[in-house]
Amino acid sequence: MMLDTERNKHYNEYLQNKIPKTKPWPTLFHAFWVGGTICLLGEIIKDLLMFWFNDMTVDEAGVWELVILIVLASLLTGIGVYDKLGAYAGAGSIVPITGFSNSITSPALEFRREGIIFGLCAKMFVISGPVIVLGIVASIIAGIIHIII
Amino acid sequence: MNRQGKSTLVFNSKPRVIGNYSVVGPKEGRGNFAQYFDRILEDDTLGQPTYEKAECKLLELCIDGAISNAKLKPSQIDCMVAGDLMNQITSSSFAARSLNIPYLGVFGACSTMAESLMVGATLIDGKYANNVVCATVSHFSSAEKQFRYPLELGTQRPPTSQWTTTGSGATVLAQNSSGVAITSATIGKVADWNVTDVNNMGGAMAPAAFETLWQHLNDLSIEPDYYDLILTGDLGKLGSEVLIDLMENKGVHLGANYSDCGQMMFKNTQKVFMGASGCGCGASVLNSYVLQRLKNRTLKRVLFIATGALLSPLTCQQGESIPCIAHAVVLKGENYV
Repeated sequence: MMLDTERNKHYNEYLQNKIPKTKPWPTLFHAFWVGGTICLLGEIIKDLLMFWFNDMTVDEAGVWELVILIVLASLLTGIGVYDKLGAYAGAGSIVPITGFSNSITSPALEFRREGIIFGLCAKMFVISGPVIVLGIVASIIAGIIHIII
Repeated sequence: MNRQGKSTLVFNSKPRVIGNYSVVGPKEGRGNFAQYFDRILEDDTLGQPTYEKAECKLLELCIDGAISNAKLKPSQIDCMVAGDLMNQITSSSFAARSLNIPYLGVFGACSTMAESLMVGATLIDGKYANNVVCATVSHFSSAEKQFRYPLELGTQRPPTSQWTTTGSGATVLAQNSSGVAITSATIGKVADWNVTDVNNMGGAMAPAAFETLWQHLNDLSIEPDYYDLILTGDLGKLGSEVLIDLMENKGVHLGANYSDCGQMMFKNTQKVFMGASGCGCGASVLNSYVLQRLKNRTLKRVLFIATGALLSPLTCQQGESIPCIAHAVVLKGENYV
């Protein structure tokens, strides 16, 4: 057994050196420009909303902007575009709210054949569930800190 | 004892391949073996409502094709030995339900083709069957769903990842006097060299291929150059390089006669990183390219080593390393038996 442990350690070290590394600069560039474009699109939507609806506040426009981006990303997921964008941009299309929308729509599509309740509804949050849980936990902690200070 | 060395079965009656068939998906049909496959699907859903049903249908099509190729009827098949990647090997069992043939389900993950051939050849060599069909199937979309992420999720695949083949291969073995023969097979041991990266199957499976190949060569007291082709199932680019290194460390050189189905399946332009994987990968290449070349005598002796990672999504999440297995089957052309 001792011999195996030693062998496995050497093998994993050897494997780590053999694994091709992702080139950081092109990956970062893809993520930067796609992520930036999504954010820019968001800003344009918000500005247009405030331009079209005179009585809309910045906060209200911000909420509608998110709704529009979420719907848009969901639609792009449904027609099979967002996964290709994600493969190209990585974090650039995962981090914005559109990525969150994709992470909910894609399992919903995938598991709809297992039924509405235990398929679609139950599996909808398999990817985004941790984000929601951590978001709520973080807000509870922030709330407690707010009460104290 | 029909056994040589520690774990190599010798089939004295030399079960013959009397029929074979391969069906692949559209992406595989644009790959390097396009001209060899019997059937290339235009639609990888096969008109089915779910990918699981599509996978089952794919296997049915392939087995039907192999039985027709052998000029037999399903009722003349004594046993069907098949397996796949789905939980509880549902694709194979559901296909067996509609084919109505006595059925043995086997699971060896991506090593299934070698395992089913080995079991099939044993049944024939032991005179328990006249005709046996050995088959396996994998489907990209059903495998992604079970093992990875939803298809439409916008994630990046890591550079060590491989692409599960949509494809199936089936071989009909029989007690016959002519045709490509299965002469021996080596049963692999589970090898776990403590690789935990599920995105590096090639690296995890290479030790299993190495141990089986090493055992096989020792059991039969032969050198790798005894074979015109040593073909691993789906180690991919990285895994096959690792296998070459591991053999080199033992002082055995794997030369130009070594190839890997996974590495060769797709063209470089098809963006699949380390190549193809899945039990359909080795199965479809074996039942098209390899058997055609054995039949037309451009290959004499082939060692087919299919490798499988025996993990489940659950064991990965629980932090377990990846146990792997490899089985080897020797196929020889008619004149070289």
